[in-house]
Amino acid sequence: MTFVKFVLFSVGLMLAVTWLTNVLPQMQSNPPEDEVPIVAGEIDMLGMIVLGEKLFSGKGTCTLCHNSLGRAPDLLALDLNATFKERLADDHYEGEGKGLEIGEAFAAYILESMTDPSAYVVPGFGKKGSKDTVSPMPKISGPPISLSDIEMNAVTAFLQDLGGVDPTVDLPSADEDVLADDEDEDTAEPAESGEDAIDKYGCSACHDLNDSESEIGPKLNGIGKRMTREQLRIAILDPNDTIAEGFDEDMMPAEFGEEMFVIELEMIIDHLMELEE
Amino acid sequence: MIKARLLIPFLFLLIAISVSLPDSIAIADEAVAGASAEISAPLMVQPTRADYPSIGFISSRNLAWGLAQMHLLLAAFVLAVPLFVLCIEFAGVLTKDDRYDDMAHEFMKISMSAYSLTALAGGALTLALFVLYPHLMAYLMQVFNGQMLWYALLFGLESVCLYTYYYSWDAMRWGRRKWFHLCLSLLLNTIGLSLMYVANAWASFMMSPAGVDMATGAVTGGIWEATRNPLWNPINLHRFLANIAYGGAIVGAYAAYRFLSEKKAEIKAHYDWMGYTSNVIAVIGFLPLPFAGYWLMAEIYAYSQQMGITAMGGILAWLFIIQAVLIGTILLAVNYYLWCGLGRTDRGEQYYKYVKYIAVVLLAGFLVWLTPHSLVLSAEEVLTLGGTTHSILGPLGIMPAKNTAVNLMLVFTFLSFQMFYRSNQIATVSWAKSGQSVIVALYVVGCLNIIGAGIYGYITPTVYKVGASVPQVVTTLSIIIFAATIDYFMLKGSKKTEVHWGRMPDRSQYALFVLPIAFTWLMCLMGYIRSSLRGPWHVYTVMKDKSPEAFIPTMGDAGIVITVITLMFMAVIVFVFWLSQLGATKQLKPGSKMPSPDQENAL
Repeated sequence: MTFVKFVLFSVGLMLAVTWLTNVLPQMQSNPPEDEVPIVAGEIDMLGMIVLGEKLFSGKGTCTLCHNSLGRAPDLLALDLNATFKERLADDHYEGEGKGLEIGEAFAAYILESMTDPSAYVVPGFGKKGSKDTVSPMPKISGPPISLSDIEMNAVTAFLQDLGGVDPTVDLPSADEDVLADDEDEDTAEPAESGEDAIDKYGCSACHDLNDSESEIGPKLNGIGKRMTREQLRIAILDPNDTIAEGFDEDMMPAEFGEEMFVIELEMIIDHLMELEE
Repeated sequence: MIKARLLIPFLFLLIAISVSLPDSIAIADEAVAGASAEISAPLMVQPTRADYPSIGFISSRNLAWGLAQMHLLLAAFVLAVPLFVLCIEFAGVLTKDDRYDDMAHEFMKISMSAYSLTALAGGALTLALFVLYPHLMAYLMQVFNGQMLWYALLFGLESVCLYTYYYSWDAMRWGRRKWFHLCLSLLLNTIGLSLMYVANAWASFMMSPAGVDMATGAVTGGIWEATRNPLWNPINLHRFLANIAYGGAIVGAYAAYRFLSEKKAEIKAHYDWMGYTSNVIAVIGFLPLPFAGYWLMAEIYAYSQQMGITAMGGILAWLFIIQAVLIGTILLAVNYYLWCGLGRTDRGEQYYKYVKYIAVVLLAGFLVWLTPHSLVLSAEEVLTLGGTTHSILGPLGIMPAKNTAVNLMLVFTFLSFQMFYRSNQIATVSWAKSGQSVIVALYVVGCLNIIGAGIYGYITPTVYKVGASVPQVVTTLSIIIFAATIDYFMLKGSKKTEVHWGRMPDRSQYALFVLPIAFTWLMCLMGYIRSSLRGPWHVYTVMKDKSPEAFIPTMGDAGIVITVITLMFMAVIVFVFWLSQLGATKQLKPGSKMPSPDQENAL
């Protein structure tokens, strides 16, 4: 009898923990795929859809936010046909898709959301305090994601297909030389110097750095006199930890820690610490 | 029987030698030729999808996962038991109390059958890895070639030592022979720990490779360089402490089972005492474990932010909620058992009034620990809440709150233990009142310091947040060390009242069943997290994992696999317990008289 009680008690305890692991949010990383080189001029619309799907969860890093965690609309779970129609018909929508035929309207809406995310912000998903006028989504055409036009077309084709309409994007022609990276991101080499790393991650797109005169983020020239190495490291890895005066939270992508090689991070810090005013 | 047992490790020794030999010879040839190992070392071959054989009926990963985990659980048990058996046997020599020696012998008896099963699981794992992941194993052989041979030799020595130690127990029971027996135990533990450290080197190398060229994978350093990779020592310490806690938990369950099964009061008393001692061993191993885990995670962050973020803020973050649930369950079970134990002494009742306050602190700490920072919500819920973080509960999800909670839980668990320790003793020293006041002040000031450091963690930048946890840890350890030291001197020569061993409710024994189950599940969970941190890499940033299963499974899927492994392990442990009892069972000759009490006990 003691043995039976012991077994029932033990199994009950194990099942309780198993149940808990199954009711909490489920996430799974994608298995690596063997890279298939795609030759410009030889890709058809089906290929674009397949490429778009790969980019959506791969280089585009869309699933980092567009998932069940609620950071952004879960595009893979929503009824995209109904959702896009609803948004295009929204009174607040004044984008390029307005008035177009449905397939074209979908394409314009999706492309616009990648190149100008704040053109229309889905209610509830705007930046804190912006009353849904500013989107926290980075420009996908710009750094650090930097999808090419063809790659954005591929993502658009994938989402159009998911939304139940025939993709209307242009197919790449043979003379276009930029297509999807053949290299898996994980096999990419680290940058060779701090300057290269800064170029790679597009720091000067937002910060006044190397004469870029950008004012989206704080000026980085002479930063070594204002911040310590540790503070700089935290500012890159956890940008919302301390917000510089006059700037908002969530402006800087928080994924650099996941994307950078450690050596790149250190080289960037070395380079920034040496910058003159 | 003994010969058969000895044969198993030597078979593995031969296999390992034969596997190691070609590389050893190759290196020797190179040395003769005057060639530099660095130049001539073959470059690592990156595997492709086609390089992974499939065995069809079960996925390669699940097979390797299950075998590795079974081997690790069994190894943790058989390495831990001799460690605390050494301490108990030594205590028996010092106190001249035979009960210690008998208990130490019984602990060893339980673990003996598990030793062969550990070797069996290890052999099966090795075979599975060589068949299913040939490129990885070839590369590891390339990096650690000579060490593999040493591992096999150590395994052979461990077997010789273990069997000599166990079977010579009664032959070396007294006098100088007993000291020789203790030395044998020391040697056994030294070899056992060395074995664990060698195996840890391979696992930690896969996470934080060293001694190889990161771009090509070519071996550029020696074996020692690959061994002392950045995560080796944190993992060594973490596993050392965890093994002690785990071993204590398993033998505690054995004692609980025997306690519930027995009818005679004196036998129940023996197993109650055994259960109590096992629980103390488990607590001693467990109390510093969170700090060792903290060091390991800090080193993981220091080595690769990507790995750290994947663990604490990425796809694996939610698993730490499960970890909190399991650790909270363990602490609640340990405390509940200690509170029940107050009933063993006539003076224990005076402490009952404090139990409810300790329970409140433990429960509050438990709830804070499992509070997530960000919540999983629908768009509508995000709108209603005004974000993915709750305005009141959200702040409880960050590290300062969790560090405060876990430190207070550990302090109050020690308080429960201290209450039982004092429940049968009346201090007779003249300074008893002052000593008591100092201990109370120590707890009050210490807890305030832990809470204060936690609050400071909220108002300071991240870099100081991490720093704020250090005084919390130091405070917790200080409370434990100083309170125990003061108690020791204050209760030296104290007036002792009787401890009624066996005067425990049956329900208290279920707390001892909770420990090995929760520990096993927890160890499997943390193994899954540690392994997943590498992402799609066999050897992080050096050798890609191109197998079709090189992805992190969902928490639900992992939970099912972990439960299956835990069930299998518990079945094995029940088998081991049964074997240990079977060995002491004697069938009566037909027609003979009633069994003696000893025989009855054995039956």
